Amino acid sequence: MATTDASNIKRLQVRRFKPDESPKEHYLNAEKGLWSWLTSVDHKRIGLMYLASIAFFFLLGGILALVLRTELLSPARSFIDADVYNQIFTLHGAIMIFFFLVPSVPAALGNFVLPLQLGAKDVAFPRLNLASFYIYTIGAIFTLIAIFTGGIDTGWTFYTPYSAETSTNVMMMTLGIFILGFSSILTGVNFIVTIHKMRAPGLTWNKLPLMLWALYATSIIQVLATPVLAITVLLLAMERALGIGIFDPALGGDPVLYQHFFWFYSHPAVYIMIVPGFGVISEVISTFSRKTVFGYWAIALSSLAIAFIGFLVWGHHMFTAGQSSLASMVFSFLTFLVGIPTGIKIFNWLATMYKGSIDMKTPMLYAMVFLFLFTIGGFTGIMLGALVVDIHLHDTYYVVAHFHYVMMGGMVMAFLAGIHYWWPKMFGKMYNEFWAKIACGIIFIGFNMTFLPQFIMGAQGMPRRYYNYIDQFQPFHQFSTAGSYVLGVGFLIMATYLIHSLLRGKKAGSNPWGSRALEWQTSSPAPHHNFEHTPVIVNGPYDYHKPMSEFQLGIAHSHNGHHEGEKVDVETGTAQEKA
Amino acid sequence: MSETSAVKERPEHLKHYFVDSDQQFDAAKMGMWVFLVTEILFFGGLFAAYIVYRSWYPELYLQASTELNTFWGTVNTAVLIGSSLTVAMAIRSAQLNQIKGLIINLWITISLAFIFMVIKFFEYTHKFEKGIFPGEYYTYEGIAHEKANIFFSIYYMMTGLHGVHVLIGIGLMIFLVVKAKKGAFSSAYYTPVEITGLYWHLVDVIWIFLFPLLYLID
Amino acid sequence: MNRLTEYMLPPARSTLAAETDALFHFINVTSIIFLAGITIAIIYFAWKYRRKSDDDVTPVITHNSKLEIAWSVIPLILVMIVFGWGFTGYMNLATPPDDAYEIHVEGVSWRWDFKYENGATSVNELIVPVDRPIKLIMSSADVIHSFYVPDFRVKRDVLPNRYSSVWFEATETGESTIFCTEYCGTQHSNMDGIVNVMSQDEFDTWLETGTEVDESIPPAERGEALVAQNGCNACHSADGSSGVGPSFAGLWGTERTFESAEPVVADENYIRESILESNSKIVEGYDPVMPSYQGVIDDQQISDIIEYIKTLE
Repeated sequence: MATTDASNIKRLQVRRFKPDESPKEHYLNAEKGLWSWLTSVDHKRIGLMYLASIAFFFLLGGILALVLRTELLSPARSFIDADVYNQIFTLHGAIMIFFFLVPSVPAALGNFVLPLQLGAKDVAFPRLNLASFYIYTIGAIFTLIAIFTGGIDTGWTFYTPYSAETSTNVMMMTLGIFILGFSSILTGVNFIVTIHKMRAPGLTWNKLPLMLWALYATSIIQVLATPVLAITVLLLAMERALGIGIFDPALGGDPVLYQHFFWFYSHPAVYIMIVPGFGVISEVISTFSRKTVFGYWAIALSSLAIAFIGFLVWGHHMFTAGQSSLASMVFSFLTFLVGIPTGIKIFNWLATMYKGSIDMKTPMLYAMVFLFLFTIGGFTGIMLGALVVDIHLHDTYYVVAHFHYVMMGGMVMAFLAGIHYWWPKMFGKMYNEFWAKIACGIIFIGFNMTFLPQFIMGAQGMPRRYYNYIDQFQPFHQFSTAGSYVLGVGFLIMATYLIHSLLRGKKAGSNPWGSRALEWQTSSPAPHHNFEHTPVIVNGPYDYHKPMSEFQLGIAHSHNGHHEGEKVDVETGTAQEKA
Repeated sequence: MSETSAVKERPEHLKHYFVDSDQQFDAAKMGMWVFLVTEILFFGGLFAAYIVYRSWYPELYLQASTELNTFWGTVNTAVLIGSSLTVAMAIRSAQLNQIKGLIINLWITISLAFIFMVIKFFEYTHKFEKGIFPGEYYTYEGIAHEKANIFFSIYYMMTGLHGVHVLIGIGLMIFLVVKAKKGAFSSAYYTPVEITGLYWHLVDVIWIFLFPLLYLID
Repeated sequence: MNRLTEYMLPPARSTLAAETDALFHFINVTSIIFLAGITIAIIYFAWKYRRKSDDDVTPVITHNSKLEIAWSVIPLILVMIVFGWGFTGYMNLATPPDDAYEIHVEGVSWRWDFKYENGATSVNELIVPVDRPIKLIMSSADVIHSFYVPDFRVKRDVLPNRYSSVWFEATETGESTIFCTEYCGTQHSNMDGIVNVMSQDEFDTWLETGTEVDESIPPAERGEALVAQNGCNACHSADGSSGVGPSFAGLWGTERTFESAEPVVADENYIRESILESNSKIVEGYDPVMPSYQGVIDDQQISDIIEYIKTLE
């Protein structure tokens, strides 16, 4: 099968394997029962378990957000006390960031898609992958315990000395986040090694799907930044348990040092949250434009550039905290540099659409919503990076709005694009296209209603994390609250049609979007081991000018552990499938 | 296309999702290296705290480090370097298929790690007796510096976390001994030994940084 | 366009506010032009290049160097302009003139204390002369706070165990709001105050006489005003409802039970002690979070507050 010629180039003889359009056996029914799920080391099942978990936390965080918005309908007390309000905004932030955004695309979608796109049977360390899911669960349990034993009211940033003094259960929460960090690290380690070592024959770095470049960049950030968060929250926990005093001014420590430590992780963490979203958008736009991606290397390398420069900009969270003017200048400068690769990506996506054959399916609609909202998020980021303006806007609702435009308008929209894009591959079912588009429209309107007014009131001086506010801001708050209800309705519709799709959705073919990417060259839902053959890659994932027959190539393999004794009949296989 | 050439005997240790043993070995080794990078950054946070406070209060470090016992620190450094050597010999034994040598070398490494922890234990108790506790429990009056408690907070955090890593290493090596006795390793498959060795070297290297930074300040 | 972005900002009442606003407008206008271009392109492409048939053939366009350089370099130039502009403005904010009038500020959970050069003090109301640079030297008694006056476009964190400073020069008389913008606990959102900008003459008069007692007002009413000025009412209600601290209503003459002290009857000594050594006796069910008012409220003022509390049966 494999011969070696003089120049030491491996020659493979390949055949075309057309995916089975209605597979009887696939990863969802290969093993049965709850236990088979809980102990599964299959990356696809682990991805789905993550998906279920983050959906739960998104619901929880979303309900908390609606409670906050309802309380803010009137300037003084509406229906909850200040302490409860403070706990709820802390939980909303911590849950959405640590339990939803960070694992959303990498751990849920990434786990599902990465080995499929690599043409591998699984990630490099499947058991570690399962372990990371359980570590995530344990971290989540700690957090839930913290909620029920005193709550936590420090804001998701846990700034000292307040976090060292407050009577709420900071200890439990920081331990939860410490544990969670390991889950994130293990996912990162797994992805880096898998991308390096387990690419299918022919899948060179310049044919790597952009989703994988984005996941690769994300994994690097996860591996480099998360340990610093781990040591920071560990020191904070020790601060409360033993009073070690490194961050507590009452014991001679320095609270600004805490902020440096915290943002050294948490700024790159923002890129952990958004860079994988870029990957999804690249996939979706090229598939639905049915066109080669414009500026493949520009998009791939800008992800890495963002990852690296992202490590050097943490100080822009501290322009008012008292760092030296020189430090502020350097951080401001580097912040603007990060803006450039981000801008380049947006232009490249636009150029990909140019002269394409654009099919306005739901994932594409979300991708466009992403482009619009994320651009606003980016420009307001430029605003906040400008030193003198940031002095005015820092810690106001302007920052809240900016962050939500980037994280929700950016990452969540990319995540929804990804969910709708890979849904048929995950479950072999289609969702209702009409209702999906309606929901997308409602979410778009609700989102802008919620957060556009926040830019205005922030610029007018409304500080964030305020339970009471002065009367002049009330109309903005009321409009924003109304918008949040619209947003809630949009997500409700989405939950309904997705559940409907699971139960009685129309069957999806192996490649409903006509994509050239590798994950669509296997059946839907994917087989237990992803491919019944070893895929061989000849063309790039965006080579839409080449015929489909050049994308379904592979070599039959006669070993795969779980199908022992089963013989792959290459001859009849090819005779049948030959184009 | 010859069907038979692809049908090779798959060794027992080879996971089904790897193509061959080399790929599996490379992946495991790379995974460990990446993990070690995270470890370095984990300790890096503490080193950063160390550097920041040292640049603010250089005289504090000079005074406080005299409380640390350089003699036992040196002994411990020697013990750990020795254990790095024996763990390397354990890997060598595995490569040469000498399972008995592997087990003996692992036991020596475990003993050295244990000696390290015992010495550390006595160093800690000695300080506790004087009232040198971390942070707010600090009661010792022998150092005329108001931030002396912070130095010892950093000291306890650094050496304590390092100690936890030594304990984890002991656990891993006991696990290796059990597996080796069951005959799990051979020259064809010794990946766990190799990557545990990598981990152990890192634990050693971190100590080699901690020792001069904490004990040898003049 | 300018009308729109002006609508977004509070009135500009300091000498440096105009610079911040100009940059704010510049970024807004540039961003809106770019955003409009991008949005039009998205919608136009989506319509113009909509899929006509399943066999559509698309051209292979992998890159275009001129275009790519243009959309890298033009934004780069723009952000460098913004960077330089923002930095110069920031340096102006960071360097107070030498002749600035200094006022000491202390952030305490949850109020602002101001101390003037002649020893006069005020709480939650910063009184400054117009058209004169003012430098605030700030520190915190407990956790991190942040001093923010939107009308002046200034903000600076207030930290424990160190001093930070901020300066401004008000351009018109009147009142502006002070916010605390670093989350500091339960009453964070009530930690606001006002900057009262006066003419130099009014300011000088206030410095001399502002803290003198106005004998024409009955003590209980003076006490009520003091309770409001010093922010006591943020935690202690006058209507019996429980806040961060116990209510003043029905306090006078009743027996108080404590977390770790013998019960006492609320009399003058108890109230005086509670104000000056606020955490020596903690009423059951409350947390020891009240800051001391030692050096902030003098004996005369305490008597006035006691008179006020007596009226709240």
